[in-house]
Amino acid sequence: MTIILDPTDERVPVARQISERSGSVQGVVGLLNISKPRGNILLDELDRLLTENAPGVEIRHYTKPTFAKPCPDTLRHQIRDECDFLVEGLAD
Amino acid sequence: MSDRKPEFTLKDLQGAAHPFDGTGPALVCFVKEDCETCNIVGPVLQALSQAYGDAVRFLVPGQSGEKNGDFAQRHGLTMPVLEDAGCKTSFDWDFEIVPALYWIDESGAVVTHFEGFVRDDWQALSDQMARATGKAAAQIDWDSLPAWRPGCGSKHFDPEVYDALRAEAEGSRLRARMVEVASGDDMAEFMFDQGFSDGLPLVPPTPERVIRMLEGTHRDPQDVIATVPPNMGIATVEKIAINAVMAGCKPEYLPVVIAAVEAVCTDEFNVHGVTATTMGAATVMVVNGPIVDKIGLNGGLGALGAGNRANATIGRALRLIIRNVGGATTGGVERSVLGNPMKYTMCFAENEAASPWEPLHVERGFKAEDSVVTVFAMTGGPVHLVDQTSRRPDQIAGSLGQGLEGVFLPKMHNLPIDALLVVCPEHIQTLTVDGPYSKDRLRDRIQEVTARPLSEMVQDDHSGAGIPVADAERMGPEKLAQLAPKFASKEYIHIVVAGGDAGKFSSAFHGWATGEVGSISVSRKIDLG
Repeated sequence: MTIILDPTDERVPVARQISERSGSVQGVVGLLNISKPRGNILLDELDRLLTENAPGVEIRHYTKPTFAKPCPDTLRHQIRDECDFLVEGLAD
Repeated sequence: MSDRKPEFTLKDLQGAAHPFDGTGPALVCFVKEDCETCNIVGPVLQALSQAYGDAVRFLVPGQSGEKNGDFAQRHGLTMPVLEDAGCKTSFDWDFEIVPALYWIDESGAVVTHFEGFVRDDWQALSDQMARATGKAAAQIDWDSLPAWRPGCGSKHFDPEVYDALRAEAEGSRLRARMVEVASGDDMAEFMFDQGFSDGLPLVPPTPERVIRMLEGTHRDPQDVIATVPPNMGIATVEKIAINAVMAGCKPEYLPVVIAAVEAVCTDEFNVHGVTATTMGAATVMVVNGPIVDKIGLNGGLGALGAGNRANATIGRALRLIIRNVGGATTGGVERSVLGNPMKYTMCFAENEAASPWEPLHVERGFKAEDSVVTVFAMTGGPVHLVDQTSRRPDQIAGSLGQGLEGVFLPKMHNLPIDALLVVCPEHIQTLTVDGPYSKDRLRDRIQEVTARPLSEMVQDDHSGAGIPVADAERMGPEKLAQLAPKFASKEYIHIVVAGGDAGKFSSAFHGWATGEVGSISVSRKIDLG
């Protein structure tokens, strides 16, 4: 870990900010399976619930080649171009 | 000698903590494993410990990390050899040379302190300890030891260790928020992500670097230099130093950056407007005086860019401060339609040696021996003014005047707008070939050669800029025949000398809105303490 000094007037917290939440779901929702065993079961169930509860929403499934490495750029860019929302199934 | 030494708790080689509360009787000796003098002292310490160890606490802080064990083993030390990890305790105790020995009494007073090895001093110490403890004198063959050995510099003075220790120890001097960047994060990318950058990579402003930068000024780190628009962020010396580090400045550049921040954050200069205007203005800094040579600013070959660290990073530091402390981000308050490469950096020195005139800062009321920064709000430039064939003074002066026709639009005259003319040495030679040619005469010549009848400035099919047709009709032919020079007054023409010896190419910066509605150039003396 390295420490640096904040060059700004410090009115904004220095942290990776989470994206703004819109409060509703529409458009295309991506479901990203990171290739951990049984991740597909969770995401398929999410697919079923979204289809039931948010009928206008289009769902697309994506799969990372391996959970052990960062998402390849091409897949990241594809998801960015195609989706309005993304749910990523992390951890076990 | 009586000042109490700071308390510490250090671990020995087995990991057991040894608190020292500052009182004795104790003998504390700091050592470094690879120091030859420390290795002379090692057996002496062991002999002293054997003789007086029952009555005196012996502590030997080592500065050599894992090698402290080697030192203890080499000399068969039986007293605690302690790990002064990071040399923090050495720093706190504030000595310069190892071995550094302290003989401390019950009250915490330092009875004896010496650094290095002087045999007589150590022998006297042994006698003193014998008397104080009532023990038999230590068995040491003093004659086998050298009379004098200087010792080694304490490890805490190693630059990379020392600056980190100072940053930590002087924590109260540094008030800026500490941002922890995880080891898995790429530092350069992190700083881009945080929006700290002007688009180019930054030097990470670690506490060590900022402490070093602050040595460039006598000002207190918490002195407030200015409130920086648009957010009216507080620019302390420390915040300026942080941004100067990121820009790549050396510590000796810092006073120039501080003066520049003072200059732009004035009502006259109006850096808010300069930053926000859709016209795309930027600050052009000209530096005069002795500091130019002292810190290596460039007023000669290539003065307007690139390749000189001082020019490049001082100008950049100012821009980063406006961005980071003032909050002027591109697309936020920074709203220039096209932008401007001078928004990265634009700083140069006047080539006073090549100038026949008094330097800019003297012209503006400062003493020649002052070092001064002058800031101009400029929208365009440097624009080359090419004339390789004029041989007479009024010819080259005329060419320089015609070269300024492009300010705003060639058609527009009587402009209450600044221009900064940078005359190169070869043009100066032509200008003065027949004798002195004053700046004022040059200004008059510029106004003379650019004078055009107002009738040429009426809106027409070639250009809708200029005097509205209805106004022109009201003015009538006599009024329209009157001549209008390029500038509303010759005071709008600022002139400096810069550039290398070879090349008949001068240059000009074109201004933004000048005056109360826009920006007025400002000079500030650089505070060198």
